[in-house]
Amino acid sequence: MSEITPDLVRHLASLSRILVTDEEVATLAGELNVIVDSIAIVTQAVKGDVLATSHPIPMANVFREDVVEPSLTQESALSAAPDSAEGRFRVAAILDEE
Amino acid sequence: MSDLIHKSASELADLIASKSISSEEVTSAFFDRSVELNPKTNSYLYLNRDTAIAAAKAADAALANGEKLSPLHGVPIAVKDNLTTTDAPTTSGSKILEGWVPQYDATVVARLRKAGLPILGKTNMDEFAMGSSTEYSAYGPSKNPWDLTRIPGGSGGGSSSAVSGHLAPIAIGSDTGGSIRFPAAVTGSVGAKPTYGAVSRYGLIALASSLDQIGPVSNTVLDSALLQDVISGHDKHDSTSLPQSLGSMADAVRSADVKGLRVGVVKQLDSDAFQPGVKACFDDTIAKLVAAGAEVVTVDCPSFEYAIAAYYLILPAEASSNLAKFDSVRFGLRVIPDGNPTIERVMAATREAGFGPEVKRRIILGTYALSSGYYDAYYGSAQKVRTLIQQDLAKAFSQVDVLLTPTAPTTAFKIGEKVNDPLAMYLNDIATIPANLAGIPGMSVPNGLAFEDGLPSGVQILAPAMQDAQMYRVGSIVEQMYLAEWGAPLIAKAPKLEVL
Repeated sequence: MSEITPDLVRHLASLSRILVTDEEVATLAGELNVIVDSIAIVTQAVKGDVLATSHPIPMANVFREDVVEPSLTQESALSAAPDSAEGRFRVAAILDEE
Repeated sequence: MSDLIHKSASELADLIASKSISSEEVTSAFFDRSVELNPKTNSYLYLNRDTAIAAAKAADAALANGEKLSPLHGVPIAVKDNLTTTDAPTTSGSKILEGWVPQYDATVVARLRKAGLPILGKTNMDEFAMGSSTEYSAYGPSKNPWDLTRIPGGSGGGSSSAVSGHLAPIAIGSDTGGSIRFPAAVTGSVGAKPTYGAVSRYGLIALASSLDQIGPVSNTVLDSALLQDVISGHDKHDSTSLPQSLGSMADAVRSADVKGLRVGVVKQLDSDAFQPGVKACFDDTIAKLVAAGAEVVTVDCPSFEYAIAAYYLILPAEASSNLAKFDSVRFGLRVIPDGNPTIERVMAATREAGFGPEVKRRIILGTYALSSGYYDAYYGSAQKVRTLIQQDLAKAFSQVDVLLTPTAPTTAFKIGEKVNDPLAMYLNDIATIPANLAGIPGMSVPNGLAFEDGLPSGVQILAPAMQDAQMYRVGSIVEQMYLAEWGAPLIAKAPKLEVL
């Protein structure tokens, strides 16, 4: 049995910037325990030295000339924003007042 | 007109190219049928007659000037809703993007337009492609044309439902763990996941960037091949896009020959985990190939046993990072809680309201997998399993040209049957996930109806990376063997939607 407690779910949700109700926390803790228990077998799969694969196809870095090309205009980039002002994205306060 | 909607994309392309019929007539026929039947199938989230017909007229005008833009010139197409389109909202099946119209076209969409294919609309999908049934779409599930009480597979169930119900002759899907191939199998259609990097992901709303690949959905192998030829090729906007061409898939289909073919059956995917009727269809495919002269051997891929576990660590980890961009700042939903909230509270309230339960589950799971103390044990091991799977496949492909497996463990299940059991839902992808983890191409081709329920089954063909042509060659061989037996594609046996 893995160790996904309600407090851990609250912490993970907070890191993920998702508001969760107490009811959701209880449901998620139950579901995540079942899922984590079933995927924990990966820890037994690897014996000895094995390289990790982060990307399925080998790739080499490619350079290009540093040339300015057409891109989104400021107006277009802002056009779908929920709120904007003076050519910028407008958001709520970053810091608490206290 | 009813004849028209049952034709394959390549047949329609020939009729349009010879000016026997216009792209406008073809596009209108599919569009009218889509408007009539979409309330039953929920294949499309968005349909726009004006843009589709304008593109068809432009295709006709080009042809009148002697310009044939591609082998699929004038053939209308449906596009999965996780590809950005400047003339249609793009939601990825989520409420957090409801009504968002992107500022740029995905490379695949731009290539379709350039190749003269009118876009009929955007197809339904599980939210951010997380699911195997479309039941996790924020806009309700799509229905399987074979039985409207059943799922059409997922996440690309809108595209498979549209193509198998003849609401579109061809469609675009995306495949992270089977989202093209599983829907194809359960709707009796064809779907292919190309080699990772063969098709640009620029403008695809990413689920798991190291696994995602865009590919074709169709009713024939040739149609998928023609569509892959149109959308593939290097794109400087995608740093993982392959620099080299993989050749013409359509040529591979046309030159298919069973002589000397060596086929591998994966020991770990030839088991009781598969529905007996699905297994019987698979055994029949293998028997037919042997009778036709192919050599069949059993290959051992022991690390496949860990594929689902590795996938459900890598995918949530990448998804939790990719979906961080839905933060209420630049586009999409913004929910402002009462009081004088900080931006962090606005983000949390927005993501609470905008994401569905499966998306929240996977983001939180991914955050867990990436947390300090668990990272090495879980995510690190999962990445090593990827290496082991690649090694198993390399060994298998040293003995055979392709691997064959059943695509899906079961036929289409009932809507509601698995929606509250995430683990049961994850197991649908047992045979398709290894291809994404290893980056190799895989396709599903119809191989009969399961004896228990009379619903379609599919056989999956896996080929080594970059050898998509080999996969299409074998796909065509399998298709031709069944055409000889049935006299028509499997899809011809599907019930007619309009009499319901």
